[in-house]
Amino acid sequence: MTAVPLSLEQAQDRIGRVLRGLRTYPMLSAGLMLILLVLLISLIGPLFVPREGVQVGSAPPDQRPSREYLLGTDTVGRQILAIIIYGTPLTLQIGLIAGAIGLGVGMIFGFVAGYYGGALDHLFRGAADVFLTVPGLLILVVIATTFKGAVSVMTQALVVSALAWMYPTRTIRSQVLSMRERGYVQLAKLSGMSGPEIIVKELMPNLLPYLAASFVSAVSAAILASIGLEALGLGPQNEPTLGMTIYWSLYYTSVLRNLWWWWSPPIVMIVIIFVGLFLISAGLDQVANPRLRRAA
Amino acid sequence: MPLGYLLRRLTVFLLIVWVAASVNFFIPRLSGADPVRERLLQMAAVGGTGTGTVEEVVKSYQAKFGLDKPLWQQYLFYLADMVRFDFGVSITRFPNSVAGMILDALPWTLVLVTVATLMAFAIGSLFGALVAWPRAPRFVHVLAPPLLTLSAIPYYLLGLILVYFLAFTWRIFPLGGGYKVGTQPSWSWAFIQDAAYHSILPALSIILSGVGFWALSMRGMMVTTQGEDYVTFAEAKGLRPRRIFLRYALRNAILPQTTALALALGHVVSGAVLVEIVFGYPGVGNLLYQAIRTFDYPIIYGVTFMVIVAIGLATLILDLLLPVLDPRITYHRT
Repeated sequence: MTAVPLSLEQAQDRIGRVLRGLRTYPMLSAGLMLILLVLLISLIGPLFVPREGVQVGSAPPDQRPSREYLLGTDTVGRQILAIIIYGTPLTLQIGLIAGAIGLGVGMIFGFVAGYYGGALDHLFRGAADVFLTVPGLLILVVIATTFKGAVSVMTQALVVSALAWMYPTRTIRSQVLSMRERGYVQLAKLSGMSGPEIIVKELMPNLLPYLAASFVSAVSAAILASIGLEALGLGPQNEPTLGMTIYWSLYYTSVLRNLWWWWSPPIVMIVIIFVGLFLISAGLDQVANPRLRRAA
Repeated sequence: MPLGYLLRRLTVFLLIVWVAASVNFFIPRLSGADPVRERLLQMAAVGGTGTGTVEEVVKSYQAKFGLDKPLWQQYLFYLADMVRFDFGVSITRFPNSVAGMILDALPWTLVLVTVATLMAFAIGSLFGALVAWPRAPRFVHVLAPPLLTLSAIPYYLLGLILVYFLAFTWRIFPLGGGYKVGTQPSWSWAFIQDAAYHSILPALSIILSGVGFWALSMRGMMVTTQGEDYVTFAEAKGLRPRRIFLRYALRNAILPQTTALALALGHVVSGAVLVEIVFGYPGVGNLLYQAIRTFDYPIIYGVTFMVIVAIGLATLILDLLLPVLDPRITYHRT
């Protein structure tokens, strides 16, 4: 499709429709607002705060927040403000990559299991169920300690994605099961469409809001797993991700030394991210499932 | 109870145990290197513990795992060891057996996680039921948003905040540990009291951030239940609201929650492991943390295996209990 330039009225109309949509779904828009805030901090922050602040010894240690060091410094002389500004996007990046891989694998497994059924269904659903029961963090610990050494942000995302596929698999499968017998799927089958074609052309478009909600929860779960691993010290050692900041602040017992400006900013950022993602996914659920709207 | 259902649930449990053991066997081998051997060589190179001990560990390790044998044979031996809970010896605290160290730590975790999870489940379910109930007292609706926000904070971060305010600033609770420094674990009344006192904050962080989660799913369940004919009928009969709430709506809504409990256990334990680290609580989470910091692989693998088996067992018990609690669940559905 070629892009048709919009006339002014059309553009206004579109913006108006988006705004009305946001008012219909207050949870979704509140969540988007929070995530937008986080993105703005990590996009605009670097314009004012130089990256050097992330490095060890760039400032005197254990400084309280002051005009010079807005959020103070940690025990090895890193500036907390710089850590937050340069670390938050890394954490988001890990979550997005792992969430995307998780959703991708989950979509393949879920659609195949739900649409074809039979032995494949037993295999994929069984695998998802077994891995869902198991505490994921421990398996990730085994993976991360084995492949220790220079962990990059990318490897961290790959490690976390190893256990990000189960929830999408399960939820997508159950959705597909309920759609498989609908009229339009039957019609597509009769008109000679192949299985993969039906999945891509008929099922996926109908599940779009649902897939979006799954993606957001997958990202959220991946971030949770990632900061959990990092809090154990199993993350990118030289990158200021939010989880590694928590790890170092625990390592240097920042709570007992009353260095509140060290451990509280990453917690605040993590909470904003989780609340934002939760609201977005709950909001998308409302879009996908009109029955929930009345219950809200 | 039909035999087929029992067999299927047992198979799932055995699968979980098998996955837990295989993860520990194959992931290290996938990496191409043997992390345990590397770690031992590294320790030998540093020479911190004296080469004599290292030689001993290497020997016992190699004899035990039969490294000269083909892979499939190693795998079978490994599985046999795992099933007998024989995890070998700790590298850093040789010759302590890993199984013994885990056994010392496991009760702490079990009690903490069980009590905290059940409390979070009970409080959260009741709260969620009230939120969905039209005649609920006002404070419920005031409390709902903050509780939901708390549920978005990972357990251990909430724990960090609690330590700062309740233990560090106001000194109401101890800063960490499982019991007073200098005392020895025993079954005396004084010790149990002390241990309970030390576990309040870790438990509170699990409960506070768990309540919102359970409340949310319970609310959804209650909304559905309230539309049911039997609730309308009970209202028409003129039963007291309290009775309708407890005996008609809540009772039917709580059962699907129990299924969710079985599914959430793994997640709860992952969180609890990190809570223990924040509080220096003497459970398996802390044992794991120490092992990670010293790369003590036998402990890492042992803890992983034991915790997964424990959760598999808990899920199995819940799954077998559920159909007894709720006749609507058929044995044929897994």
